[in-house]
Amino acid sequence: MMNSGLASENWNGGGSPYAVGHKKLGMWLFLVSDSLTFGSLLISCMYARTASSNWPTPFPMWPSIAFASLMTFCLLTSSLTMAFAVAASKRGDRAAAVKFILLTILGGVAFLVLHAREWLHLIDEGVRPWSNPWGSPLFGASFFGLTGLHMFHVFSGVVYLGVIALGTRNGKRSHEDVEVCGLYWHFVDLVWMFIFPLIYLMSVSPK
Amino acid sequence: MSSHASTSHSTGHAAPQGFIRKYVFSTDHKVIGIQYIFLGLFSAILGTALSMMMRLRLAWPGSQFPLLEHIFPTGFPGGVMSPEFYLAVLTIHGTIMVFFLLTTVPLSGFGNYILPIQIGARDMAFPVLNMLSYWTTVVALMVLMASMFVEGGAPISGWTAYPPLSALGKIAGPGLGAGQTLWIASIAIFCLASLLTALNFITTTLNMRAAGMSLMRMPLTVWAWFTASTVALLAFPVLLGGGILLLLDRLAGTSFFLASGMVVSGKVMTNSGGSPILWQHLFWFFGHPEVYIIILPGMGITSHIISTFSRKPIFAYKAMVAAIFAIGFIGFIVWGHHMFASGMSPLVGMVFSVLTLTVGVPSAIKVFNWLATLWGGHIRCTASMLYALGFVSFFVTGGVTGLLLAQPAIDVYFHDTYFVVAHFHIIMGLAAVFSIFAALHFWFPKMFGRYMSETLGKVHFWITITGVYSIFIPMHFLGMAGAPRRYAQFTEFAYLSKLQPLTIHISWAAFVVGAAQLILLFNIFRSMRWGKRAPDNAWEATTLEWVIPSPPPHDNFGDMEPVVYRGPYEFSVPGAKADFILQTEQEVEGGE
Repeated sequence: MMNSGLASENWNGGGSPYAVGHKKLGMWLFLVSDSLTFGSLLISCMYARTASSNWPTPFPMWPSIAFASLMTFCLLTSSLTMAFAVAASKRGDRAAAVKFILLTILGGVAFLVLHAREWLHLIDEGVRPWSNPWGSPLFGASFFGLTGLHMFHVFSGVVYLGVIALGTRNGKRSHEDVEVCGLYWHFVDLVWMFIFPLIYLMSVSPK
Repeated sequence: MSSHASTSHSTGHAAPQGFIRKYVFSTDHKVIGIQYIFLGLFSAILGTALSMMMRLRLAWPGSQFPLLEHIFPTGFPGGVMSPEFYLAVLTIHGTIMVFFLLTTVPLSGFGNYILPIQIGARDMAFPVLNMLSYWTTVVALMVLMASMFVEGGAPISGWTAYPPLSALGKIAGPGLGAGQTLWIASIAIFCLASLLTALNFITTTLNMRAAGMSLMRMPLTVWAWFTASTVALLAFPVLLGGGILLLLDRLAGTSFFLASGMVVSGKVMTNSGGSPILWQHLFWFFGHPEVYIIILPGMGITSHIISTFSRKPIFAYKAMVAAIFAIGFIGFIVWGHHMFASGMSPLVGMVFSVLTLTVGVPSAIKVFNWLATLWGGHIRCTASMLYALGFVSFFVTGGVTGLLLAQPAIDVYFHDTYFVVAHFHIIMGLAAVFSIFAALHFWFPKMFGRYMSETLGKVHFWITITGVYSIFIPMHFLGMAGAPRRYAQFTEFAYLSKLQPLTIHISWAAFVVGAAQLILLFNIFRSMRWGKRAPDNAWEATTLEWVIPSPPPHDNFGDMEPVVYRGPYEFSVPGAKADFILQTEQEVEGGE
């Protein structure tokens, strides 16, 4: 093969220019695409916020922000365990990889449960997609729309992780599969790192 | 470093057995390509039939058509098409043509069939995903067609689905209940299918090129499909996001696109806080790049065919590649020119205007390079070549009016008139359709092992190009006179009544063009069975698809491991045996 390690020659055909398999490249491209889906929703919500004179800021530091921070902690920790899972699978230590993937799933499920509680709590307080007690009805619409789409991604991620954990245990999934799944999981995490400040921190009540 | 390379190259799989796996749920990119082309053919027939109905209504507003009343009892009460039904027909015509013909055939259809072969791959990077994308597209089309048969019928909000009309639900008018919801669902499904196809194309192009197929040896068709896929990957998710919000507005009671204080059908709406302009931003951030998703493959196909039939290398290959990229990139920063009349700061309008005019630079580079390729060539005037030249013609005539519309001061007058209708039908509709015709005649011998009839092709070409110019050139004058789009009849306006003969002329021309398409259909189906047999290299061309048998075997290259030694357009090389050298030919004139 015409491969002497020079960057330009990697592009001459007969190989992968980024030295990655199809799955990994495909996942990166999907994430680029998905980031634009989230981007369009985030920008829409910020557009609505900027255009409204009565955008509510209802979240007190305690308990709302503290609670959301706990959710963030769960999700971030699950990213850490995912990184351990990828490292373990790279070493070929399948048992450890499965263990860390299961811990990642645990973090994801904890996030989902806490988030469901958060939804119920806000619904109790009277927040609806079409109205809320504090101001612009688009506050509720943005909150449920954005976090809903994100929760859907976390949920899909948990299922995906489950499939990969099973496959890794059976030896049917390669290291690349674990790594590609990790990419997705970190992305879902990253999206939350945009949602958390834009939805929560920017809506901290001034008191 | 090459360990990945070797694994990524051995994706060949055994040929499937049985009818279902071979022709229906096939993972073979060639079968999927042909499936997309037939899906597009079906959509084209449906979309054209709908446009014929609109032309009937516009030319003879009061006339009765009992036969059509028989078919659409609610749409033609008393044999006269209702204005609401006209709008429903217009919406479905636009949606079907833009998404299921123009987006689908040049990119997913021909791209699927030809791209893997031209880069020397045995299939796409994700064959199963490819099959799923196709069938997801079919589902999208079926959901769209279902919208015509639900209570209230098809939506009346046009292919752009502007809110508040599209966001309010049944209360806003016929077709805006279940019909509009299905429309949005269909488009969301289509978005998913398209971005997965795009992802597949990009991965295939980057990872699966044969040895020696460096980027600058790729045919311009591959560059065009690759760039169009990149644009699709970045544009469709934004429409998907917008579609999600629009669905929430309709189904969950949110008001993303609905402002306060609306009175609809005598009822005060409770929505508040949103903005219909937001939808326009999201839609056109997708919608403008969409135009380039449609036209870029056409440019690639045209370059490829003009070079082949001029028997000359394409003029300024590198500039052509750069122009493709420039058009794809600039396409993302000009969406505001669709919104000059929506209310916009003059400064922002000015910026969008200048950026839009900038598209003229790479476009002109392409046109001049096509002309320079023709200059001094040994031109073979095949039907395929004629269609490619037709593409260049439409690209110029449609592009020039684009320069007018790109200027806010002029656009405020032309906006929503027939001038715009004429502009985008020529540049986006006809140019892309002619590239489809060109590609069909060019690659038909590869797909089916038989030529299409040249005589029928030429007859079809001349009738169609004369006919469509007779349709769309007068439309510019209608637009300049102020005839508005999306009106079922003009006869109510004194200032337009004198122009009714022009409208009637357009309708007759449209009927002739519509009828002429039967020649094409006849040519396709006749040539499949009885066309002249074609050799492997049907046009004495140079790229990899002409190295392999026609039609190609399941794994394209069989026992051969394709290796590429030269650029894609080596025609009329001095000293060479023939006036073309295949990309796989190692022997250089004069030896090593």
